[in-house]
Amino acid sequence: MHSSTPASGITEMAPPLIVPVKSSGRGAARNALWLLWQDKSAFVSAILLALVLGAAIIGPWLLADQARAVNLMARNAAPFSLSKGWLFFLGADALGRSLLARIIVASQNTIVIAGSAVLLSMHVGGVLGLIAGYKEGWIGAILLRMADAIMSFPSMLLAVIVLFVFSPGIENVIFVLAVSRIPIFLRTVRAEVLEIKERMFVTAARAMGAKTERVLFRHIAPMVMPTVINLAALEVAFVMLVESGLSFLGIGIQPPEVTWGLMVADGRNYLGSAWWLSFWPGVAIMMVTIALNLLSNWLRLVTDPVERWRFQTVAGAK
Amino acid sequence: MGSFICKRSFQSLISLIVLVMLVFFLARLTGSPADLYLPQDASAAVRHDFNEQMGFNDPLYVQFVGFMVGLLHLDMGQSLQFSRPALDVVLQAFPTTLMLAAVTMPLVLLISIVTGSLAAYKPGGIFDRLASFISLLGAATPNFWVAIVGVLVFAVTLRLLPTSGTGTPLHWVLPVAVLTLRPTGVLVQVVRTSMMTALSAAYIKTARAKGVSSRAIVFVHALRNGLLPVITVASDQAAGIVNGAVIVETVFGFPGIGKLMIDSVLLRDFTVIQAAVLVTALAVFVINILVDITYALVDPRIRYN
Repeated sequence: MHSSTPASGITEMAPPLIVPVKSSGRGAARNALWLLWQDKSAFVSAILLALVLGAAIIGPWLLADQARAVNLMARNAAPFSLSKGWLFFLGADALGRSLLARIIVASQNTIVIAGSAVLLSMHVGGVLGLIAGYKEGWIGAILLRMADAIMSFPSMLLAVIVLFVFSPGIENVIFVLAVSRIPIFLRTVRAEVLEIKERMFVTAARAMGAKTERVLFRHIAPMVMPTVINLAALEVAFVMLVESGLSFLGIGIQPPEVTWGLMVADGRNYLGSAWWLSFWPGVAIMMVTIALNLLSNWLRLVTDPVERWRFQTVAGAK
Repeated sequence: MGSFICKRSFQSLISLIVLVMLVFFLARLTGSPADLYLPQDASAAVRHDFNEQMGFNDPLYVQFVGFMVGLLHLDMGQSLQFSRPALDVVLQAFPTTLMLAAVTMPLVLLISIVTGSLAAYKPGGIFDRLASFISLLGAATPNFWVAIVGVLVFAVTLRLLPTSGTGTPLHWVLPVAVLTLRPTGVLVQVVRTSMMTALSAAYIKTARAKGVSSRAIVFVHALRNGLLPVITVASDQAAGIVNGAVIVETVFGFPGIGKLMIDSVLLRDFTVIQAAVLVTALAVFVINILVDITYALVDPRIRYN
């Protein structure tokens, strides 16, 4: 039986019209990859994000010296010239440091700050949202009022004050950004929980004697997860923009640490003579933000059962 | 409706008090103003006198009670950097920011509603794809970067517009354009999604069957129903515009409230920070309440009783 039908060959040529919803292990990963391949813009975004992630992880280890090396021959070298080596393809700054190397090295701080701020606010906001949604009454009311107070105020101004009080190190920037984004997760999760907790399976779990924590984390949390992950992707993009804005105002990350926002700010003084100093880091921010948006769009379609079904039948019929 | 406004105002008042307390104590953690406003070699006695005069020697809670009592008389203390009442300083800067927002917001709404509706009329069409791409670009671009590139292109290279400052209407073009970009990008996508839902409703088919023109179908029949989610997001963008204003005012040297606040934090001018935060928060709360009232106007099903 195995010898007569090469099953793998068939699946590669003609993807199944309706992929089994409940698949596990390698099948699930392959299924996800196939769904990703169907949306070309999401596919490109995923590759770009993987590249940036790779750069953030191994970039500083590979290129730290090149990013710091002062080369007076290459001061404000113009971009698109390979005469000084591929590292200077995007040009060089006023000290003759390779812009490409600096952008790659700076990606680490940029990604670490945005990523950890969102992870932090996602967990804190998520748990608080579960509680606020499940336990209405005064706990929920207080949590909601606090979220309102933070949200109604422009986050940038709050960050300015807080960062001025507690010197603007990386940890503090992460902390401020995380706090300012907690309300978003809190409100989103709460709204979902309010609806989910009325459903039959929650009542059933309670009737079986499950404790509150178990109902919340075992039964309700997995239902909220797709929304939260989708929101998190958008939030990473947003936090990156805010972080770069803070760095730009001079109250975010301080030199010698470097982020993309800081590079844009530094280049501002050379605007007339060397536009590329501000231009390329800005392009980097923009590309990652767009990629995150596109990927989150795809995630929303794929994690929604109705949309996924439509997606699969349309893509499969092609 | 009246009781609803009262209730919302009361809730906002609580949030406002929390915020004011937070800012009051945080600002005082930034360090002593005496270090900034007195010469480096000022003697201890001079420093003591300065602090005594400004009330910085009192325990924090006494300062706070004094601040709250002053607040009831609309007295927010003297600004250290301007030697004028803090509230006057803030109210002088406020109109610039308000003007910036007042020009930006209608522009944002107009562009995004028209573009989003037209894009939703033919999903997947060339206009839809173009609108989706450009709006994504707008939402994803850091505004300070656009500001810088805008200055480079239009002011430095083409010499069409001034680089910074206020005065002629030309000075407003770049700041408003930069400020419009991100909210428009976000809103176009919201309008598009919500209009696509509205356009697939049964009453649209009815209207089409009756022979209503497609322009009337989109902008009269569907738009009114598609507008609700748009209002929600638009109100969120109101706070976002203040965020953007901080950056735009800094880049373009606008004497608005965002720049004032940044400067005051750097100069430890506590009274101005407090007054500026209070006025901004108040404005945002008023906008939020207005948005709730707009809901009721747009959707007759919503009643605040």
